[in-house]
Amino acid sequence: MSAVTTHSPHDDAHGHEVPYETQMRSNRLGLWMFMFSELFLFGALFTTRFVLWGNTRPALSQEIGLLATGILLLSSFFMYRCEVGAANGDQKTFLRSALLAALMGTIFFIMVVVMEWNVFGLSGELFGIELFGHLKPSDGVYGGVFYAMTGMHALHVLSGIALILIIWWNGRRGFFTPERHWGVEATAIYWHYVDVVWVFFYPALYLMGHAVK
Amino acid sequence: MFRNTRIILTSALVKGLVGQFVAWALGYGFIAMLRAFRGLPTPGLYEPAVAFGAILSVIGFLVGAGVLTDWLKLIVGKRTPLRHGAPEGKPEWSRYLNVDYNHKVIGIQYAITSILVLLIGGLFAILFRIELAQPGMQWLTNDQYNTLFSAHGIIMIASILLGVGAMVNYLVPLMIGASDMAFPRLNAFSYWVAIPSAVLILMGMAVGGWDTGWVGYATLSLRAPLGIVLFMLGFWINGFSSIAGSINMLVTTATMRAKGMTLFRMPILVWGAAAASIIQMTATQTVGVALTMSVAERVLGLNFFDPAGGGNPILYQHLFWFYSHPVVYVFVLPGLGVISELLPVFARKPLFGYRWVALSSMGIALVGFLVWAHHMFTSGMADALRMPFMFSTMLVAIPTGVKFFSWVATIWEGKLPKNPPTPLLFVFGAISVFLIGGVTGPILGTIPTDLHLHDSYWIVGHFHATMFGGYIFPFFAALYYWYPKVTGRMYKESLGKLHFWLMLPAFWVMSIGQMSVGLLGMRRRVADYDPALGITTTHVLITLAALIIGWSVLIMIYNFVASTRTAPLADINPWRSRSPEWQIPSPVPEFNYAVPFEVIGEPYDYGLDGATYTREVVPVPSGD
Repeated sequence: MSAVTTHSPHDDAHGHEVPYETQMRSNRLGLWMFMFSELFLFGALFTTRFVLWGNTRPALSQEIGLLATGILLLSSFFMYRCEVGAANGDQKTFLRSALLAALMGTIFFIMVVVMEWNVFGLSGELFGIELFGHLKPSDGVYGGVFYAMTGMHALHVLSGIALILIIWWNGRRGFFTPERHWGVEATAIYWHYVDVVWVFFYPALYLMGHAVK
Repeated sequence: MFRNTRIILTSALVKGLVGQFVAWALGYGFIAMLRAFRGLPTPGLYEPAVAFGAILSVIGFLVGAGVLTDWLKLIVGKRTPLRHGAPEGKPEWSRYLNVDYNHKVIGIQYAITSILVLLIGGLFAILFRIELAQPGMQWLTNDQYNTLFSAHGIIMIASILLGVGAMVNYLVPLMIGASDMAFPRLNAFSYWVAIPSAVLILMGMAVGGWDTGWVGYATLSLRAPLGIVLFMLGFWINGFSSIAGSINMLVTTATMRAKGMTLFRMPILVWGAAAASIIQMTATQTVGVALTMSVAERVLGLNFFDPAGGGNPILYQHLFWFYSHPVVYVFVLPGLGVISELLPVFARKPLFGYRWVALSSMGIALVGFLVWAHHMFTSGMADALRMPFMFSTMLVAIPTGVKFFSWVATIWEGKLPKNPPTPLLFVFGAISVFLIGGVTGPILGTIPTDLHLHDSYWIVGHFHATMFGGYIFPFFAALYYWYPKVTGRMYKESLGKLHFWLMLPAFWVMSIGQMSVGLLGMRRRVADYDPALGITTTHVLITLAALIIGWSVLIMIYNFVASTRTAPLADINPWRSRSPEWQIPSPVPEFNYAVPFEVIGEPYDYGLDGATYTREVVPVPSGD
């Protein structure tokens, strides 16, 4: 069966390339649609928290939560600097800011996984603040929802870090120009989005309701 | 012969399947190794190891098949141009077994896979239908029966999603005058990721099956056999296909339309597909969350649904139906679009109320988001939710009614052919069957009657009528209608008519029979029934009807396969359609339109003097 006529397609290809401007419009719209789609993923988790926890929450370390949130929000500033650097052809700002954003994302990720989740089962104090969390995944719905929400968000942070490292590595070798740096732009939008999600998750997990456990 | 065997054995499909099972074994072995370090033995089919391996196996398939190759190269800074045409030195047919980026090839891949999966799902139905023909248990055990009806449900849904993908991928770029989809690589990904997902579901049957039906309600799912984990992961992976495919469709429609094609000059099928895509893009995420949480509850010990740990089983149902009700509109909206697309062509009359029909698709999609809890009137959810959901459910009838009145008004005084060709027959079949499915719906949406009919065979009859009327009949109509466009050859009209006249009466017997045994006390999802109910004869009739439907589909497949080589070449425009895809050679050239077209009129002004829809753009010498 031959459902596509085959007259020298390789010669035709040139005339049928999608113009760069059209492709960019598609890319931007596609990314925003993906963000809109993800809204339902995070929205479903957010709803789950209110159905299962209601007006309560587990007792979590306020200091660690606030510090991690601050670091993540600050990383968005450097991501913005990174994009501006790429758009202006300022290679130094672009690369440095990218690394800083990735570093802060990594610190946030470590704070969630090592400190809040306490996957290595550590214990310790600093200035009277307990550094490692006590909530276990098996602690009923409190464990379940906390690990699901932070886990799904951490997965997005991790993929964001990977994307930043990819643009940094390619950027060093001159892959992006001020005119064509869609990769940087997309990574920046994604990173800001992941931040904004945390802006909603943080109060839902750490602040709302009264602590019970 | 040897060369062909080698091309098949080195195809992306085979490499992907090998990659899938290798990755599965590696994932299983990794967990077993971790346990061995801690001095724990790993029993055979250890659930966390199977689940971890299953997730890795999908990546294994995609890497093995080469779906990710271009993206992996982009990560290390290599831009790869899109390959067009068959790979060097390989025959044209090998494109269909390999990763190809042309939307028409992907559309045909979707269609063939959809029909194969439809056959598997249909076979399961026939297996347990034979069991149901007589009271008592004849040749299946209860567990086998449970697994078969559960798998029938999810596999048919997979088939329908693939069929929708086929129509969208092949037709939308052609109809809007684009050379391809907006993201060709993502398009290939959407198709190929559906294959490992189907493999996972079938493997779930092999490792012990499951007994929850396709809904997988907690808390039964938490106690079901191992197969449920693979079923849920397969379902979950299929969501990637839905989300990626729908974003691609919406972006293509938004940015790549031909000059002059305003929103209200788009073909009506594109409206239906866009409305379906909006649902797929958003709602799929919530069922993904529900399935992820179920698997996490089983495998990782997190607690969401089990009341023993403070969980809430109703939450699963809310998250599940928030996707699974709107998704039925994903199935029917493109199908209803096909009906509206084909009727004016055969009636030689404008589509009645084009704008209202276009907006009714969007209306159904939006109202569809507000009705999910009508599946849960008997589940023990908050009483305050019942009445609002009853009213919103009734609201669906308004945009659906708009479509029905448009079809009737389009047929009214139309010049329908005296001897209707097969696609038109299937359109009529679709309208009649969807009507049965539609009018039996409000009875289920009304709380007092639903309390009696919930989980009875009445509902089985109802949703089979909506699925056949809204998807199966229009999909077959579309297959017959666009077959000459896809292959350049005409199918055998006599076999097409035989298919229709076997399938339509058989379907009526089946659907009305299911509703009648439901009213007489037959419950759904049970393998046995009391002979004293007096429904044995009807059950025999339903089983015979199911067999006839199965045979009629085989006739269609024979017709299509046999016609690819021997049938006469089709005219360029056998249906005298105004749609742009019928104005170019069949099969369609690699880049669709040699000369781009612009839209200068209304799409469905059939029979109006001097009305034109499209004309070729006269090339203007450009300044550069």
